[in-house]
Amino acid sequence: MSDKKTILNVKDITMQFGGVVAVNNLTLKVREGEIVSLIGPNGAGKTTAFNVITGVYAPTNGEVKFHGNTIISNFPKGKMDKLYAGENKGKYKKTLEPTPDKITKLGIARTFQNIRLFKELTVLENVLIAKHMRMKANIFADTFRLNHKEEAKMKADSLELLRILDLYDVKDEIASSLPYGKQRHLEIARALATEPTLLLLDEPAAGLNPQETDELTEFIRDVRDKFHLTIFMIEHHMNLVMDISDWIYVIDFGKQIANGTPADIQNDQRVIDAYLGVADDE
Amino acid sequence: MTEQKKHKLSIILSIIGILVLAGALFGVYATTSSTDMLRTVLQLGAIYALVAVSMNLLNGFTGLFSLGQAGFMALGAYVFAIFTIPAAQRPGVYYLYGVADWLANIELPIIVALILAGLVCAIVAGLIGAPVLRLKSDYFAIATLGFAEIVRIVVGSSPLNRITNGSLGLKLIPKFPSFFFPFIVVGICIFIVWLLINSSYGRAFKAIREDEIAAEAMGINLAKHKQMSFIISSFFAGVGGALMAMYMGAITSTTFNVTLTYNILLIVVIGGMGSLTGSVISSFIVIAAREWWLRFLDQPFFIAGVQIPLFKTGFRMVIFSIILMIVVLFFRKGIMGTREFNWNFILKRLDKKEKAPVGGEGNE
Repeated sequence: MSDKKTILNVKDITMQFGGVVAVNNLTLKVREGEIVSLIGPNGAGKTTAFNVITGVYAPTNGEVKFHGNTIISNFPKGKMDKLYAGENKGKYKKTLEPTPDKITKLGIARTFQNIRLFKELTVLENVLIAKHMRMKANIFADTFRLNHKEEAKMKADSLELLRILDLYDVKDEIASSLPYGKQRHLEIARALATEPTLLLLDEPAAGLNPQETDELTEFIRDVRDKFHLTIFMIEHHMNLVMDISDWIYVIDFGKQIANGTPADIQNDQRVIDAYLGVADDE
Repeated sequence: MTEQKKHKLSIILSIIGILVLAGALFGVYATTSSTDMLRTVLQLGAIYALVAVSMNLLNGFTGLFSLGQAGFMALGAYVFAIFTIPAAQRPGVYYLYGVADWLANIELPIIVALILAGLVCAIVAGLIGAPVLRLKSDYFAIATLGFAEIVRIVVGSSPLNRITNGSLGLKLIPKFPSFFFPFIVVGICIFIVWLLINSSYGRAFKAIREDEIAAEAMGINLAKHKQMSFIISSFFAGVGGALMAMYMGAITSTTFNVTLTYNILLIVVIGGMGSLTGSVISSFIVIAAREWWLRFLDQPFFIAGVQIPLFKTGFRMVIFSIILMIVVLFFRKGIMGTREFNWNFILKRLDKKEKAPVGGEGNE
């Protein structure tokens, strides 16, 4: 397993809001081509960790490397210098706080826990918007259609993507009119349209019924293989997690408490105490 | 019918539609005198349509609630007026304070001055955009409203007396060279906005309106795209202001007070936030209602020789306001909502006819 290249390397990330440490000294690695899950009880800091990796929040301390390059880095300063309650203070000296759009440009796409589609727009438009970022033409060239070749390619690519993901039939529907399961698929399709190498899924199975969850498991595997992706996801459905993951990280109260293969995690006493033992899921 | 065929047909229908409108306009020109109410309403309606469309680009398509339109109109109107008042007549216009030396002999052609008016607005929008666009929703509205007031007060202030003629305002601004002039300019401008809205950048604007967080996660640079939308909107507001100056022939800084912004906002809301055709239709309706159809309410009104007391100057605006309240209460999405006018209703009928001979089966 260790012969694969590490593509995402999260090092000593601490995220502190005022006096609350939401993520504490989190370190994890995601290797190329794997499906890695991040699990933990409610409020453990999973989504916060995602928000740090995607640039929504600048971390209080620590750094994130992607394909070997440091993309995010920060250390406690200003008011936080005194307040800081995490570890590894002073280890990092650089400040690098890109906005989410820059992270997406680097090749990290994400979906949201509570679906965030462009509700009033059509399925095709949703995907086209994700392609906008890679457009080379400036606003004048685009307005006066001097780039119609590029525009046509964008449209063809988007339609092709919808065809692969089985959304072609609904391409002209308004996004919010789709059934919930399809909306999840569309959100993933839209993320794929940004041409990522790493896909972050924030609770992709939330709100789905068991049958839809099974379909989603297949769908995620399918997407990984067809698009040669690495997938890093947060999930609560233990069936899905144990079924699909190559590696699992468990966090509780912002701290990592275990990591390993699904079999390891299922037998880990700390995890059972913190999470599986009390959860009545299975 | 295939999609391509539909697309072609709707383009043909649009061209026919535009030709019919142009013909109707020519008909109006041929049959009315130059002081006819219909002409006034059409010209003013066209100008308001452009400003409403520019506001809609920001408020309806990008989701930035701006109240600064009157400020940019003032800027555009003044830039236009300053550079187009005939040089020979400047001493008369600036009779009290005199005209600045550098300005005395500059006289630009109308088209150049129109574009210059837009460009000045675009540059100013670019300068104030960076700080102002950081603000969210209401705060952005308040900041742009404040900007509009600042512009109005600055152009009417005494240090600028020798340029803007201070509180006296400017007059002898060149009138429209022909009846059709405003329609052509407005038509071109709205067509450009329409092209923009349907381009990839237009889609990015709509994405920002729908969900900023998702838009950013899809790689759309929020600051840059908001800035672009703000600059383009201001450019067309400036051109609209310049047209307004031409229409009126004389302007003072009070022409462009807050009420003007609200009037434009009303047109946008009634037409539908996020619909260009809605803005155009509603601006003609609102202007016609305000300037023409409801005029009788201001005249004394008699029933069987008894004068009804309510009918006097100003009553028109009361009724107008009540109608607006009804619209806002019961037709919250306006005339068009976020939809655009299209030819589907005709295309569908054609489709049915085409399919009918083969027994209801599609023959694509």
